[in-house]
Amino acid sequence: MALFDPTILQSGQYHDWLLQGLTLSVQLTVISFAFALPFGALVAVMRTSTSKPLRAAGATLVESIRNVPLLAHLLFWYFAFPELLPESMREILYENNPEVICAVIALTLYSGVHMAEDIRSGIRAVPATQLEAARSLGLGRVAAVRLVLLPQALRASVPPLLSQTVNLWKDTSVATVIGAAEMMYQAARVETASFRSLEAFTFATLAYLTVSLLISGAAHLYQRRYPVRTAG
Amino acid sequence: MIVLDNVNKYYGDYHALVGITERVEKNDVLVVCGPSGSGKSTLIRTLNRLEAIDGGRIVIDGRDIHAKGVDVNALRAGIGFVFQQFNLFPHLTALENCMLAPVRLKRASKGEAREQAMALLDQVGLAHKADAYPNALSGGQQQRVAIARALAMRPAIMLFDEPTSALDPEMVGEVLQVMRALVRQGMTMVCVTHEMGFARDVADRIWFMAEGAILEKATPGEFFANPQHPRAIQFLADRNRH
Amino acid sequence: MLELIDTYWLYFLVGQYPEGPLGGLALTILLSGAALVLAMPLGLMLGIARVSTHRAIGLPVGALVQLVRAVPLLLVLFWVYFFLPAVTGIKTSQTATMLIVLVVFDSVYLAEIVAAGIRALPKGQLESARSLGLGYGQALRHVVLPQTLRHGLPSIVNQLVSTIKATSLGYIIGLSEVSFVASQINTLVFTQAVEVYLILALTYFVLCFGLSRLAFLLERRLQRRPVAAT
Repeated sequence: MALFDPTILQSGQYHDWLLQGLTLSVQLTVISFAFALPFGALVAVMRTSTSKPLRAAGATLVESIRNVPLLAHLLFWYFAFPELLPESMREILYENNPEVICAVIALTLYSGVHMAEDIRSGIRAVPATQLEAARSLGLGRVAAVRLVLLPQALRASVPPLLSQTVNLWKDTSVATVIGAAEMMYQAARVETASFRSLEAFTFATLAYLTVSLLISGAAHLYQRRYPVRTAG
Repeated sequence: MIVLDNVNKYYGDYHALVGITERVEKNDVLVVCGPSGSGKSTLIRTLNRLEAIDGGRIVIDGRDIHAKGVDVNALRAGIGFVFQQFNLFPHLTALENCMLAPVRLKRASKGEAREQAMALLDQVGLAHKADAYPNALSGGQQQRVAIARALAMRPAIMLFDEPTSALDPEMVGEVLQVMRALVRQGMTMVCVTHEMGFARDVADRIWFMAEGAILEKATPGEFFANPQHPRAIQFLADRNRH
Repeated sequence: MLELIDTYWLYFLVGQYPEGPLGGLALTILLSGAALVLAMPLGLMLGIARVSTHRAIGLPVGALVQLVRAVPLLLVLFWVYFFLPAVTGIKTSQTATMLIVLVVFDSVYLAEIVAAGIRALPKGQLESARSLGLGYGQALRHVVLPQTLRHGLPSIVNQLVSTIKATSLGYIIGLSEVSFVASQINTLVFTQAVEVYLILALTYFVLCFGLSRLAFLLERRLQRRPVAAT
């Protein structure tokens, strides 16, 4: 048995498995991101609202999700949550790739609250005078937030949000615990079938590294092209 | 005591120190003044190697301070430096600030260092604040502790880099008073300062700097009554107007 | 629910101890604490190296830090658990594996905390220490690091919270930490999945939220009584 056999990575069954894993990892990331960002923005607005109950609700959401590890979230959504559903819905869930659905729910909530915190710090970075100026022009609160506050807040939030995206990409690996056939699952599967841990894990490492560095690189470029322009 | 021989320094293309060649004798009190950006701070910081030089020599007490084998820490231990921003160590009391270097550099035992520190704090009028932390002291008090801290190492030379520029006006006097006492004790001092009254009273010589060069050097009497260089004349005129 | 707790509370807390190795919540807490404590000296050294002006030291350490942060913790765990025994011939236990991986991760994040703290300290602090004749090492030890670590304490407590959450990944390699034990309980009981996993979530919440509040209070105290150089 050769020390490192790259051929198994280039074609054949193991290659297919690993590629399927990579594909699912990317899909999980993209889908969860698509849900997490609006969820995060909503929670961020709740947390910075003038209404005390809304702020409390936002804070509760963030703290209760953030202080529980992702693995425990995944276990809950996969093993406990279906028990709470009515019989008919449970059937639908089990017929439609429950591992992926539960993984997306868990990742959306977990990533979402972290994004909420990043957006919140972006909102706080916008001077209060901006909102005052917008209101003085006659804009209602919702319009002022939407047209003046959020665009500036989002721009300030982009670097931490990109960092959070890298975290999301890495976090998809934990979905293996509920049997989602993403990259770690497939790498472990290859290892069990062939004992070629080196090749399988090297593939996974390179894949994770590449995407992480790509996203971080995008963050750097963004910061260079769109530096945070303050109101002077 | 201090000999500067054709000292030059560049920041990139900018000529920050231009061919400085001077002497400071023992017990001298030298005041360096001039407009902002003239290189006064840079010059004084080269004397204890906080800034490097690009040409020339600096000889202190007969030794080239940039020679091979010179222990920069030993050099600095023999020179006291007082900063514009005081730079007291906030996690230590005033007393501990003054004790740190003597104890850690093995110049004194803890007991001896404490006695000496108390004596120095007393000298600057702050014995009653020995156990206070810097954040409980006013700016003037902090600067006086900073002077005591520098003196704790028994330096042969004291360097002051705009010691009163960061202080509220009412506290400038108490710091200058401490500095005047040091002059009376015969300490060799180089002070970068804007306090012309102080310069007039205690300086042996004044160096006027602009754009990295010493444009005029004179005794206070000569300098204030009869400045020669046009830049110096301009500088003093501006001062008097304010 | 109460019956559930009544029957399994001990198993949840300590795993199979004393009839087996320590597990459950106790293992989670001990493992996290030990990892952070062991990582401190390494993190300190790496952090100091990070801010070093010598590029030969700063760059490789910087590269290492970026590398470790770009890869999932689970992947590192797999490397150490599956691959390392093949290379060294020693089969490390799940606990030892988890500890090694946690120490590596914690050192890297602690290094960042230390480096950021050192960079944030006003330059004058180091300058005045050096002007008194203290060497660089002495200045670090007596002036820079005491302030840096005091400021970094809230971040270090937050790192402990991250570590506690990270121990949950031990589940995947069969480590009997608290999530694994909870799943075992679920398998035994079978009909009370919601209760079991809610209790698990609550346990983590109390532990982690409690610690983050502590970090928050520490941060407030630091701001009110400025130990900061101005």
